[in-house]
Amino acid sequence: MEIPQELAGRIDEVITHYPVSKRSAALPLLHLLQEHFGYLSDEAITWVAEKLELEPINILELVTFYPMFRQSPVGKHHIRVCRTLSCAMAGSYQLLDAFCKHAKIEKTHGGKGHLFKSPDGKYSVEFVECLASCGTAPVCMINDDFYEAISEENVPQLLDKYQ
Amino acid sequence: MPAISRTPHPRERRIIFKNIDREGWTPDIDCYLKDGGYEELKKALNMQPQEIVSEVKASGLRGRGGAGFPCGAKWGFIRPGETKPIYLICNADESEPGTFKDRYIIHQDPHQLLEGMIISCFAVNARLAYIYIRGEFPLGAKILERAIEEAKGHGFIGKNILGSGFDLEIYVHRGAGAYICGEETGLIESLEGKRPYPRIKPPYFPAALGLYMSPTIVNNVETLCDVKYIVRIGGAEYAKIGRPNNTGTRLLCVSGDVQKPGYFELETGGVTMGELIYDICGGLKPGRKLKAVIPGGSSAKVLRADERYKIKTKRPDGTTVEEEIGIDDIRIDFDSLAAVGSMAGSGGVIVMDDSRDMVWALNNINEFYAHESCGQCTPCREGSLWMQKITARLLDGGGMPGDTDTLKSAADNIAGRTICAFGEACAWPTQSFVGKFRDEFLAYTSKNGNQQG
Ligand SMILES: Cc1cc2nc3c(=O)[nH]c(=O)nc-3n(C[C@H](O)[C@H](O)[C@H](O)COP(=O)(O)O)c2cc1C
Ligand code: SF4
Ligand code: FES
Repeated sequence: MEIPQELAGRIDEVITHYPVSKRSAALPLLHLLQEHFGYLSDEAITWVAEKLELEPINILELVTFYPMFRQSPVGKHHIRVCRTLSCAMAGSYQLLDAFCKHAKIEKTHGGKGHLFKSPDGKYSVEFVECLASCGTAPVCMINDDFYEAISEENVPQLLDKYQ
Repeated sequence: MPAISRTPHPRERRIIFKNIDREGWTPDIDCYLKDGGYEELKKALNMQPQEIVSEVKASGLRGRGGAGFPCGAKWGFIRPGETKPIYLICNADESEPGTFKDRYIIHQDPHQLLEGMIISCFAVNARLAYIYIRGEFPLGAKILERAIEEAKGHGFIGKNILGSGFDLEIYVHRGAGAYICGEETGLIESLEGKRPYPRIKPPYFPAALGLYMSPTIVNNVETLCDVKYIVRIGGAEYAKIGRPNNTGTRLLCVSGDVQKPGYFELETGGVTMGELIYDICGGLKPGRKLKAVIPGGSSAKVLRADERYKIKTKRPDGTTVEEEIGIDDIRIDFDSLAAVGSMAGSGGVIVMDDSRDMVWALNNINEFYAHESCGQCTPCREGSLWMQKITARLLDGGGMPGDTDTLKSAADNIAGRTICAFGEACAWPTQSFVGKFRDEFLAYTSKNGNQQG
């Protein structure tokens, strides 16, 4: 596992945010590594543990608890659709189906929990809980970008933006 | 994807949301400073910290994160002459379904939050503070980090702030998708780099024992913004806004089956449910009738449109009278919503019309709680899953005799038996939906040929 110098610098900087306990830097480090590598490998987990002078289990138990961390790659573009009440009332289940249809994702294949991937690895789709934008339901995120008040018709055009 | 345009409604009183959607407004510090930003910080630094705490106490400000606990009283738990370091955490986890107010402050007016935070840190003598922001706000985290850099550049954060001798560092800490991180002790565990398992009470408040076993103040984003305004106008003036014991303004988030959902800043208790739904949100969709309202985030007990509530109201002459009111007449404030058996919670109002199936709605909510239980307490971990499985099988046509009562009893056996208030949060929807829409649940069990319910 290779950590580029720029990333190593950011990691060391972020640890300084926690002068009382280095352990507090666990989540930020996991975010940084996941952003860089796409997911958190066993090697990455051990690396974080060593960096923070902890046992790997102390890090693994975080990775397995927090829904945003993942131990295997998602699609090149990851889509999160809000599943919760206000979005569901506004059609988010149909929206997820539309994403699956247009991204050629089969809901039965390779799904861990609510996460599904297209065979070419280009897209993955996941249901997530309330994204705190219920007034503009239904909402979704594609990678780090946020989209509100979307309908099934917007889906092809949205996917086109992410190649 | 139309960006939804939002002009403040005439009934609104925008204080905290003054700059939200304001023409020409940008989240950078220059814009904020041009508008008189950080003047309250300068004023606060010339006050005694204890004076600020007194003003906040006098303001009557109650926490906007959900529980509505008086902010000044919470701050008062910090012992004078405390020798341990004191921390302050801004709770920007915003994950209660139906709630979407903090998002706009974070994205559009980050300096208002920072100014409120710096003042609050000065008041309680915290020298290190964190903003715990939910992981799904990556842009919000970047905006806040930039705002912190800008504020440092102007000497508002860092060593010897504006020559006052007060030092403060603020950092942004991102969560990673778990609702329980909004519960303040779960949040603290998470910030310590652990699983966010809420802590056993007592101590009841992190102000006694919090982050790194030190006194810690946890406040919601909106609450901290209110503090800045209290410093501007004084606690007594602030207390004139809203209603006694329900002072100030509240950010209400309306979603669901109304014509114009959105966010509205209103004097606390300044409008009734009917005014909110029909006057401010344009009423229901054509041809639809109101069926139910969840008034304070998904955890709040549902209100049925045709319920009658007996409430006690205080007359101006001091006498109390008992009145019977309907849903339209409920004032939206802490005490009025508590009086009708629900809560103002986080300000998230979810409206449902007569096209909605209450078993479907409850199942959606149950799925949320089953997914989000942290799993520490057996009643919550098992019970939330049970409830979800029962509502799911009712919907699937596999309802069994007695399901309605089993559902209710599962909920009854969670509330009051758990480490944190998530237990109540997941039990209240089931208790209230089953209690108030029992027929709909029974209809599902009899669909399967079972009449007993
Ligand atoms: C399950 C659960 C989830 C919570 N989620 C949030 C949240 O997302 N944001 C928040 O500000 N408070 C949340 N709270 C309330 C916090 O525990 C705490 O009371 C609040 O942050 C205190 O701030 P305030 O006094 O300014 O309201 C939650 C509480 C519980 C029990
Ligand atoms: S009540 Fe639920 S969420 Fe709270 S500590 Fe217990 S298991 Fe965790
Ligand atoms: S329910 Fe989807 S954003 Fe809240």
